[in-house]
Amino acid sequence: MLACKHLIHDINNDNHTDMPEEMRVETMELCVTACEKFATNNESAAKMIKESMDKKFGSSWHVVIGEGFGFEITHEVKNLLYMFFGGGLAVCVWKCS
Amino acid sequence: MSVPHKVGSVKSKQVSSFVMQDEEEGLDTAEGEEWMQGKTLVKPPDQLDLTEAELNEEITRVLKASNPNAPQNVVRYSFKEGCYKPIVFVDQMAIHFELEGNLVHKDSDEGRRLMAEQAEVDDGGGDERPDNVAIKAGKREQKLTNQFNFNERASQTINNAPRDISCQTEPPPRANFSATANQWEIYDFYVEELQRREKSKEKHEGQFLNKEEDRSKKKMIQAETQNDDISQLAMVVKIIERMVNQNIFDDVAQDFMYFEDASDEFRGEKGTLLPLWTFQYDKAKSLSVTALCWNHKYNDLFAVGLGSHEFTQQGGGLILFYTLKNPSYPEFIFNTASGVMCLDIHEHLSYLVAVGLYDGCVAVYNLKKKTDQPIYNSRASSGKHTSAVMQVKWQKDDLDSNHNFISVSADGRVVSWTLVKHELVFTDIIKLPVIDTIPDDLKDVIPTVGTSLDFHKQKDYSFLVGTEHGKIHKGSKYYSSKFLEKYDAHFMNITRVRWNPFHPDVFISCGWDWMVKIWDQTMKSPVFTFELKTSVTDVAWAPYSSTVFAAVTTDGKVHVFDLNINKYEALCQQKVVSKKTKLFNIEFNPVHPIIIVGDDRGHVTSLKLSPNLRKKPKEKKGQDLPKGPEVEIAKMEQLLSSLR
Repeated sequence: MLACKHLIHDINNDNHTDMPEEMRVETMELCVTACEKFATNNESAAKMIKESMDKKFGSSWHVVIGEGFGFEITHEVKNLLYMFFGGGLAVCVWKCS
Repeated sequence: MSVPHKVGSVKSKQVSSFVMQDEEEGLDTAEGEEWMQGKTLVKPPDQLDLTEAELNEEITRVLKASNPNAPQNVVRYSFKEGCYKPIVFVDQMAIHFELEGNLVHKDSDEGRRLMAEQAEVDDGGGDERPDNVAIKAGKREQKLTNQFNFNERASQTINNAPRDISCQTEPPPRANFSATANQWEIYDFYVEELQRREKSKEKHEGQFLNKEEDRSKKKMIQAETQNDDISQLAMVVKIIERMVNQNIFDDVAQDFMYFEDASDEFRGEKGTLLPLWTFQYDKAKSLSVTALCWNHKYNDLFAVGLGSHEFTQQGGGLILFYTLKNPSYPEFIFNTASGVMCLDIHEHLSYLVAVGLYDGCVAVYNLKKKTDQPIYNSRASSGKHTSAVMQVKWQKDDLDSNHNFISVSADGRVVSWTLVKHELVFTDIIKLPVIDTIPDDLKDVIPTVGTSLDFHKQKDYSFLVGTEHGKIHKGSKYYSSKFLEKYDAHFMNITRVRWNPFHPDVFISCGWDWMVKIWDQTMKSPVFTFELKTSVTDVAWAPYSSTVFAAVTTDGKVHVFDLNINKYEALCQQKVVSKKTKLFNIEFNPVHPIIIVGDDRGHVTSLKLSPNLRKKPKEKKGQDLPKGPEVEIAKMEQLLSSLR
């Protein structure tokens, strides 16, 4: 975990992403901002991310933030981001109407 | 009554007693006494001077309610009794002052009326302008409209009918994705990332140059993709170009396919040539057409070789490929260093073109390749002709399945060229025999110029060569030292010899001595001779009939003969180009009834043969005529036998 901690502020890590480069960068930055802002409250962070994404890229985004969960989702092609934040949080953002 | 207090209480009493007394007694004395106490007396001038005794005298006055001025003895006549009677009750009211008031009770009629009037006045006084308008409106309303002299009319414009339109778009594509987010998964991922980053850092430190390469690679890739786009466009553009051409030359295309000259019926034997497309190319303007060849596989494609016949005017040369589908621009363009004298398209591999040039080179072009350069060129190799190559013809593949072709040149050699891997290998077939008139010591130097070459259709080892001196030599590939036969054909340059496509023994030749001669190879003298008034530059057999051939002359005329119909005269002698343009080449299309002729301006004109020129022998009723080459052979044989 020590090794990871120095990565927290260093790099953005995405395990799987389906987005075009520009969109991906923007979304990752947004997620990082939201998670830092609402470090204790995942719900608010998720809400912030979802609302911003809806405004920027069109309606029906879904956001899940957590430390332990499994998922199976259907997403619109080129609209999925699954990343880790701060060594302990996983954020999954996808669009599906 | 105010009493000054400083007088004292005793005095006040006195005063009060005086006051009381005043009420009972008269006013005057009291007044006098009163004034005397506090102030100096001021006597009015008209006051009675009375003695003190008189002053102290008390006078009693009694106040009454009766009006002193009212009459006390009013008498009225009473008619009833007939005498005067005194009225007891007299009105005692004395009016001292009367003022009429202007207050009216609000509930009385007068009051209500006044209130209503006041309300109107109040409203009017408040706003003057609307009042004016109201007044005016009122006045207008009052104006009566003429009910008899006008009418109202209304109309409704047409409203467009509403339509429902609905559309369903394709939904954006979807995909499924599943994963688990655990602490250990996250940890694993981070560790991997870390390792990856460290590795890439090492790479970066070592190789800064790579970045630039990548950038240039990216640019390349981008350019390539752009190229792909353009090349895809090229196909589409080509199709559109053809469409546009077809539209422009629509009537020509229709004529080409369907037009059959109906007037041929009335012309007897004669036929006509209907001009179709003209093929010209800007850069070919200064050049003359020297060779024409149809492509056997693609019947609408033909090759044009451009160069110059004049010795003094040699420049570059061009090989153009035109298709009937696009008459305005050639499909393929090849530039050659020197003028093209002849070309031939391979019968089976229609992308291989053999070309003979004025400077003695032979070259082979591959149409499939995009480059402008020939795939084989005889420049480098030895054995190249020392003089202009007059005719090239493809042969069947040899035993090693290499392609080969044969060329005849102005240096008198007939050479076979084989395409071996990357070069042309030459093999001398035969050397044309020198003329007898040349003195012996010059025989090696002055060659016999071979001008035309043709191979037999069936026995492809047998060939004919025409020379500048008017002789035709028949040779065989197997005999390299000597020719089999020699025919004294013409007095001047022979421009073309060709075997008949059907009959195995017949060939035709033409030359500058104005003659066209048809030969049977077994006979020394020609079977038919035609004189055409000017130098004949080319002659060709028709592919559909053994008795039809066409010739072109330097006066711009095309002559079409059918020996089956008329043995002495041409069926058609038609001038197809403008004045002073010489025709140099003629070729029949293997499938369609059209011919192409090349002239010295670099133009190629296509002409359609009218039905009279394409006649097949008439079918007799009830008789089933066999079709095919045998018929043609038989036809020719018939003709020949009549003349032998």
